[in-house]
Amino acid sequence: MKARVHVMLKAGVLDPQGEAVRHALGALGFEGVTGVRQGKVIELELAEIDADAARATVTKMCEKLLANTVIESYTVEIS
Amino acid sequence: MRAGVIVFPGSNCDRDLAKGFAQAGADVTMIWHKETSLPDGLDVIGIPGGFSFGDYLRCGAIAAQSPVSQAIVKHANAGGYVIGICNGFQVLTETGLLPGALMRNAGLKFVCRDVGLRVGTSDSAFTSGYSKDQELTLPVAHHDGNYIVSADLLQELDDADRVAFRYLDNPNGSCGDVAGVLSENRRVLGLMPHPERAIDTQHGGDDGAGLFTSLCAVMENA
Repeated sequence: MKARVHVMLKAGVLDPQGEAVRHALGALGFEGVTGVRQGKVIELELAEIDADAARATVTKMCEKLLANTVIESYTVEIS
Repeated sequence: MRAGVIVFPGSNCDRDLAKGFAQAGADVTMIWHKETSLPDGLDVIGIPGGFSFGDYLRCGAIAAQSPVSQAIVKHANAGGYVIGICNGFQVLTETGLLPGALMRNAGLKFVCRDVGLRVGTSDSAFTSGYSKDQELTLPVAHHDGNYIVSADLLQELDDADRVAFRYLDNPNGSCGDVAGVLSENRRVLGLMPHPERAIDTQHGGDDGAGLFTSLCAVMENA
């Protein structure tokens, strides 16, 4: 199976890199960008064939390593 | 005092940190990150600055899962002393031994210069050689030193007198100008500035030496 993990800064945590991208877009003439938040996408190839089991394992991976849950939130897609 | 300095791939302040301990009179052992246990009888573990594992994923995240990190957590949980400087501070927050997280500097730039600090508390083995509110000058060199904690937690840290150092002129956007923070039992310290780079007046000042000498004094009297 494949898993795709999205890691984003939690709402309320200021994202300095997203802000910089927003400013840069403004400088390029793209008007009306009122917010940019930047995150990560992590793709995993798994030997597991059961979707529920895969989701449970990847969730553990997120809690332990892939996300820092102090400041980041994550979502898991299994396909 | 017996000190152990952890070496990760990408650590680059390990020798400076060993020098800091040694100059204060400590016996120093260097410890490779693949060790699964620590040598017996260590009083303090130092986690040095640098770019462990190339800062991949998040600064300190991979190092925090290294075999030796489990041993460090065990040492700390048993009441042992640990100091993490710069990348070492990031490792300590990633292991959960210290609260909060270190994010990209608010100005997005790598900041490499001397900064003014105020000692927040002299009530710890690391800071007992300083007086509260004493001002120090130490170098910083980091891209991700923006200390993030919730307002409630910051208040809790303040109430418990756990903020060891504050910036006089915040270089990175840290909540509450926090530059260094202590664990609940006051035996684990994480800080972004580099005391080990300021231990000799011939090399840009010696305001950092007090940290190592106070630690040694506390251990020798223990």
